[in-house]
Amino acid sequence: MRVFTYLLMAFLILCAISVSLSKNLLNSILIYMSFSLIMSIIWVILESPDLAITEAAVGAGVTSLLFFVTLKKIHAISGKESGDEQEKD
Amino acid sequence: MSRKKTEKEYQKSFAYYFFRWLNGEKDEYLGEVEITPKEPYRETEEEKRARIRGKRAIFLRLYGAKKTRAVRAFELFYKAASVVFCGILICLLLLTVSYLPPTGAADKPVNNEVSERYIENGLQETGAVNIVSGMILDYRAFDTLGESHVLFIATITVLILLRLDKKKNDGAGITAEQAELNDAVYEPKSDTILQTAAFILVPVIMIFGLYVILNGHLGPGGGFSGGAIIGAGLILYLNAFGFEKTERFFTEKTYKWVSFGALSFYCLAKSYSFYTGANHLENIIPKGTPGAILSSGLILPLNIAVGLVVACTMYAFYVLFRKGGF
Repeated sequence: MRVFTYLLMAFLILCAISVSLSKNLLNSILIYMSFSLIMSIIWVILESPDLAITEAAVGAGVTSLLFFVTLKKIHAISGKESGDEQEKD
Repeated sequence: MSRKKTEKEYQKSFAYYFFRWLNGEKDEYLGEVEITPKEPYRETEEEKRARIRGKRAIFLRLYGAKKTRAVRAFELFYKAASVVFCGILICLLLLTVSYLPPTGAADKPVNNEVSERYIENGLQETGAVNIVSGMILDYRAFDTLGESHVLFIATITVLILLRLDKKKNDGAGITAEQAELNDAVYEPKSDTILQTAAFILVPVIMIFGLYVILNGHLGPGGGFSGGAIIGAGLILYLNAFGFEKTERFFTEKTYKWVSFGALSFYCLAKSYSFYTGANHLENIIPKGTPGAILSSGLILPLNIAVGLVVACTMYAFYVLFRKGGF
C-alpha cells in the first residue's frame, strides 16, 4: 500500500508539471482531469471517502466540462493557432 | 369581489409599483437614470491595417530586433533567477512539511477537545452514523448554508455576465437566438455513440447521485457530492439529446423555484433548530434510530436541499456558458 501511495504521489507531481508545460490547452485539461482522479484515489487511501466522491464529481467532472465549453467558445479546441496569429498574415 | 380602491388610487399605491416592477412591465428608473447603449465598435479597413502594422512593429521590436548584450545578459539572469527562486521556494515548503507532526501521532494539535467531542458525542447528538455529515450539517450547518449561498451567488454572477436577451441585442453583439445557432454548429447532432452511451449511463448516474444524497447521513457522500453527480448526469443528457429534451423539465423557472425553495427551506429549518437549541427549548424533530434511512433529524432534508442547489448550479453554469440562457 505504501508503494502504491508513493506511486500515486509521483503521478500527481508528474501531472502537475506536465499541465504547466503542455502547449496544447486540450491536453492540459485532460491531464488536469487525471490529476483529479489520482487525487480522489489518494483521498480514499487517506480514509476520507466523502472528499473522494466530491473530488471525482467536481474536479474530474464538472470543472473540466466547464473548461471544455470555455475552450470551445474561444475556438481553441481545434488545435489551430489562435485568431491573433492568423490576423498577422 | 370589488376592489376597495379606485383604479386611480391603486395606481398611486406602493403595491402597484412593486408588482409592476416585479413583473418587469416597466422600469421605474427609465428616463431618470440615463443608460444609453454604447455605439458598437467598428473599424475601417484603414484602421485595421494600421493596427496590424502597429502590432507587428511591437512584435518586431520585442522579438525580432537584434539582441544587445545587455538584453541577452538580462534574459540569462531572468532564467537563472527563476530557477533559483523556484528552488528556494520548494526547499522552504519541504522544510515546513518536515516540521509537521507525523500521521497518527497522539499529541497532534488536531487531536483537541473539539474533534474529541465530535467523535464521542456525534452519534448521540446528531443521530448521523457518518460523523462528517453530522458535523457539516448539524454542528457547522451555518457554514454549509453560507456555501450554498456562495453557489447561488456564483450562478447569479454568471447569469449577469453571460445571459443574453432572447430578441434584443444588448451590447453583447449577439442575441440569444444567434448564440443558439452559433452553439448548434458545435453540438453533436444525434450522435449514435453518444446517445447510446447516455441512454445507458444517465439513469445509473442519476440513481447513484440520489443514493449519495439520500445516504449522506449513513455513509460517505452528502448533498454536495450527490448534487454534483446529478448535475454531471444532466449535462451528459443535455449533450446527447439537445436542448429541446432538457427544456421540457428544466427551464429558467425551474432553476429559480428549486434554488429559492431549497435555500429558504434550509434557512427556515436551521433557524428553527438554532432557535430551539440556543434557548434550551424542546426540538420536535425526532432523531430516529441511528442507521435507519429516516433518522438523524434534519440532516436528510438539509442534504436534499443542498443537493438540489448544487445540481441546479452545475447545470445552470453549463447552460449559461454554452448559449447564454436556459
